[in-house]
Amino acid sequence: MSQPKEIFVKTDRCVGCLSCTMACAVEHSESKTLFGAIGETPVPKSRLYVEWAAPDKKVPLVCRHCEDAPCMYACISGAISRDADGVVVTDPDKCIGCWTCVMVCPYGVIGRHLETHKAYRCDRCPDRDIPACVSACPTGALVYETVADYSATARKRASSELSKAEGG
Amino acid sequence: MAYSDKILEKSIDPTVHQMLDRAEQLGIETAWDRYEKMLPECGFGELGVCCRNCNMGPCRISPFGDQGPQRAICGATADIIVARNLIRMIAGGAAAHSDHGRDLAHTLLLTAEGKGGGYEIKDEAKLKILADEYGIATEGRSKEEIALDLARAVYSEFGKQEGVVQFTRRAPEKRVAQWKKMGIDPRGIDREIVEIMHRTHIGVDNDPVNLILQGLKASIADGWGGSAIATEISDVLFGTPSPVRSEANLGVLKEDQVNIVAHGHEPVLSEMILAAANDPALIDRAKAAGASGINVVGMCCTGNEIIMRHGIPMAGNFLQQELAVITGAVDAMIVDVQCIMPALGDLCECFHTRFISTSPKAKFPGAVHMEFNEVRALEIAREIVGSAVDNYARRNPEKVFIPAEKTECMIGFSAEAIITALGGSLDPLLDVIKSGAVKGIAGVVGCNNPKIKHDHGHVALVRELIKNNVLVVTTGCNAIACAKAGLMMPEAADEAGDGLCGVCKSLGVPPVLHMGSCVDISRILTVCAAVANALGVDISDLPVAGAAPEWMSEKAVSIGAYVVSSGIFTVLGTVPPVLGSPVVTDVLTRAANDVVGATFAVETDPVKGAELMIAHIESKRQALGI
Repeated sequence: MSQPKEIFVKTDRCVGCLSCTMACAVEHSESKTLFGAIGETPVPKSRLYVEWAAPDKKVPLVCRHCEDAPCMYACISGAISRDADGVVVTDPDKCIGCWTCVMVCPYGVIGRHLETHKAYRCDRCPDRDIPACVSACPTGALVYETVADYSATARKRASSELSKAEGG
Repeated sequence: MAYSDKILEKSIDPTVHQMLDRAEQLGIETAWDRYEKMLPECGFGELGVCCRNCNMGPCRISPFGDQGPQRAICGATADIIVARNLIRMIAGGAAAHSDHGRDLAHTLLLTAEGKGGGYEIKDEAKLKILADEYGIATEGRSKEEIALDLARAVYSEFGKQEGVVQFTRRAPEKRVAQWKKMGIDPRGIDREIVEIMHRTHIGVDNDPVNLILQGLKASIADGWGGSAIATEISDVLFGTPSPVRSEANLGVLKEDQVNIVAHGHEPVLSEMILAAANDPALIDRAKAAGASGINVVGMCCTGNEIIMRHGIPMAGNFLQQELAVITGAVDAMIVDVQCIMPALGDLCECFHTRFISTSPKAKFPGAVHMEFNEVRALEIAREIVGSAVDNYARRNPEKVFIPAEKTECMIGFSAEAIITALGGSLDPLLDVIKSGAVKGIAGVVGCNNPKIKHDHGHVALVRELIKNNVLVVTTGCNAIACAKAGLMMPEAADEAGDGLCGVCKSLGVPPVLHMGSCVDISRILTVCAAVANALGVDISDLPVAGAAPEWMSEKAVSIGAYVVSSGIFTVLGTVPPVLGSPVVTDVLTRAANDVVGATFAVETDPVKGAELMIAHIESKRQALGI
């Protein structure tokens, strides 16, 4: 079985431009264009957040689609499930807006849509190969890879650092 | 040869296809590659809702309702931020055009004082007409005496604090009255630009409409002031253009000659480069180096300036500047100011091309700086051309690839030349407009922009207009696109509708008239004013329209603003960074009609853009009862 891809965040690369949130909202609009999206009702929502951590870190946060997803177990109406690709999805028809998922999410990445009265979150852009936020990131702070590839890159970097430290 | 779709979709110009293929083979990047790497472009910037005017921010307003901030730290809304950003663009554009005009005024002053290093007053008749406009005595005075007074008068337009900018009074009385009523009659050129910078400082003008009015005021000071001065004084010093035949596109570069590309804007430099390139000693030096001569060609608006006065061929428009270097046949790329890509530095290092900057205002990485000044003009120009000639020996023939394509064109329709072509008066033009043979006049101008298939925006729009019997007058990069597409030959009348075709054939002129460089849009305004005055109406009553199908520069924003302020409906082919503000968008596309009698429209499809212009022209014809 092939490894699924995840959205990884390199916080040291984020400059806080919010291009990811803009692209996310546009991808989740009817028109899928910026100039169209800004006039739509309901207002398209970004499912991604960029937080500021003192003194100068910008940290993009997005649903981790946890393997053992607290939201999925907490949902009292059975609206949250995992699809074949491993993506945790909220079925808006079943969502009753009790916000239990919000209470249990350790990342705080589930939103409340004031017009539809439903919870919303990252759906990994089902119509795209690469999620919109990752494509939009100008600095490479967001990467879409398998755990195996991401870890391999991290190991490569670590091994080169280690060998440098040893005078190699 | 077949090119990839990726290359074909970038331009309609075959030389661009060839050169992009060549660039790909050589592993060289161009503006199109850099554009792709830039995608997606920042949405906040596209909407105009990012503010960097103070250091509490940068601030940006979320366009998506409750998600993200709706006000800047100072409290500015998207409407305020967009309006401030827009008029700062106008300030940039008006400053660029007007500083160009100032350089011409300075050159005239030096020439009149006998300090100009090689300049002379070539058009004495125009000198006297302009002197009359300023109320300067001409009877029994030498041209130098008149020129001295005129130079001082136009020079003072920039820094003056009150009164009027003289050339604005060419506009019909009704137009000037409307400007006064709305408080947008400029008091001085620099003053209005400075006031934009003041008003957009933190905590000054925070009314979007009031901000936009100041933008219009500064733009009028550009179009009817700084740009008009650039045009008129250039004519005095270098001659008023009249129709001349030449060629356009990269095929004008010559394999066996020293190729000098003169790129940028101000004829103060390029006229002297041309004079130096005709110096027999330098030609002999070129021959001694193995070349058969010196071939000066123009690029961008410098191209427009020298083709219309001397018939010097144009190598291409804005997006072709890098491609000219990639031919490997350019011995020197000589630049002054505006629209010169800093990418040329690294690019020229891939070839033998000497990249020579000349203006103290514009230095570039990788360029050799040979500073030009008007006092030693010809002497410096000789040094520059000499350095190009000496560089010929370093050309690597294996790296040379010059596309064959070049197109013949008829250039140089100044307002004066148009009247001459009409037999001495505007009446024949008015008659054919009244009869409906010519439905109206469209001014099509502006840049290139990789957001739009190169030249497609220009050429498709212009073709649609002439097909529908709309006479096109053009400047800048649109003019070059039309020349390359063959639309500036009398034979192109066959592409026009029956009415326009007949008129062009009887006069022996093309359906698309080249009126010059981007500052020469002032010539279009002068013609519109003359037509309106002849009919006793305002410019906003005329069956005329404007378009900037591939615009990108701040100068284009200023142009759009002064064309609309002059009462001319204008279609933009790329989306301006204003859609983040409902108020600014509404002012530009609707409410401006109550202020200046014209609006903007945005249409990225050039044929649909032409349709909007034609519909507007028809509505104006109906209102006039013709």
